[in-house]
Amino acid sequence: MKLFSALTLFAAEEGGFHPPSIMEFYPEIVAFEGTPFAINRIMMIRLIVLAVLLVLFYFWTRSFKKAVRTGNVVPGRFQLLGEMALNFVRKSIAHDQLGEKDGERFLPLLTTIFFMVLGMNITGIIPFANIAASSVVGLPMVLAAVAYVTFIYAGMRKHGVKFFSNALFPAGVPKPFYALVTPIEFLSTFILRPVTLALRLLMNMIAGHLLLVLCFSATHFFFFQADGFFKLFGAGTLLFGFAFTVFEILVSVLQAYVFTLLTTVYIQLALADEH
Amino acid sequence: MDAVNIAELSGNIAVVGYGLAAIGPGIGVGLVVSKTIESIARQPELAGKLQVTMWLGIAFTEALALIGLATPFIFV
Repeated sequence: MKLFSALTLFAAEEGGFHPPSIMEFYPEIVAFEGTPFAINRIMMIRLIVLAVLLVLFYFWTRSFKKAVRTGNVVPGRFQLLGEMALNFVRKSIAHDQLGEKDGERFLPLLTTIFFMVLGMNITGIIPFANIAASSVVGLPMVLAAVAYVTFIYAGMRKHGVKFFSNALFPAGVPKPFYALVTPIEFLSTFILRPVTLALRLLMNMIAGHLLLVLCFSATHFFFFQADGFFKLFGAGTLLFGFAFTVFEILVSVLQAYVFTLLTTVYIQLALADEH
Repeated sequence: MDAVNIAELSGNIAVVGYGLAAIGPGIGVGLVVSKTIESIARQPELAGKLQVTMWLGIAFTEALALIGLATPFIFV
C-alpha cells in the first residue's frame, strides 16, 4: 500500500523526509483497546464534534425561541449566523429542489446531514485536530446509508412497489432495450448512488489531508534538514500549505453542500411522477 | 555510464494510473463549468439555478476521479 513510494524513494536519498501514507488514518488507539468501542484520535474528534454540534444547536434553538417569545425582530450576531445557516439548507436546498411541502417533510434529515458533514469535515483544518473526522470510511458510509434508505423510503411511500419498476424500467424505452437499460439503471440507482455518495466525501477528505500533510512535512524537511539553497523551497511549500488550507475550507463546505444536495435530488427523483 | 539505466524510474505504476484517471474528469469538470459560465452570461437571471445544476454536474463527474483515487486501496 505504498501510494507515495515514488516520493519515498526520492526522499530516502536525501535524508529524513517522511511522506504521508495511508497509515495517517489509523492513529493508535487511546482508550478501550481490545473492545469493539476502541477509541482512537479520529473517533475522539468525532465525539467532540458531535458534542459541539449539540451545544451549538441547543443555544441556537434557545435564541430562536427567545426571539419568538419576546417578539424581538432584530437578531443578534450569533442568532443571525444560525438563521443564515439553517435557512441556507431550508431555502436553497430543500425548498428549491423538493418544493415547500416535501421540502418541509425531509428538512430535519437534510439539516442533520448538512451540519453533520460540515462539522466532521471542518476538523481537517482546525489546529490540534488536523484530521477530518469524515476521512475514515465509517461516517460517510453511515450517512450514505441514511440517504439510501431515505430515498427508497420516499419512493416506496409515494409510489409503492411501482417505485422500483419506474426506476428499473424507465418509460419511453422500446421493449427489447430493457435488457440493456435495466441492468444499467439498477447499477446506477441502487448500487452506485450510495457508493459514490460515500466515496466522494471520503476521498475528498483523504486527498485533502494527504495534501496538507505533504505540504507541511515537506516544509519541515526543507527548513530543518535540507542544506543551503534548498531551504528556499521550504518557503514555497509553506505557502502552498496555507493555500491548500484555505482550499480545504472551501472543500469542506462544498462537500457538505454537495452531499445534502445529492440526497435531496435522489429524494426528488424518487418522488417524481412517471412521465 | 551504463546506457541501459539512463532513464530508470522507480515507484508505483498506480501513480501513472491515477494521473490517467484524472484526465477525463478534469476535462469533464472544465466543460461543465465553461458551459455554466456561458449560460449565465446569456441569462444572468438564471444564475442561481444554473449554479446548483453546475455543482451537481461537477459532483457526478468528479466521482470518477475519486473512484480512481480509491482503486489502489482496494485492488493493489
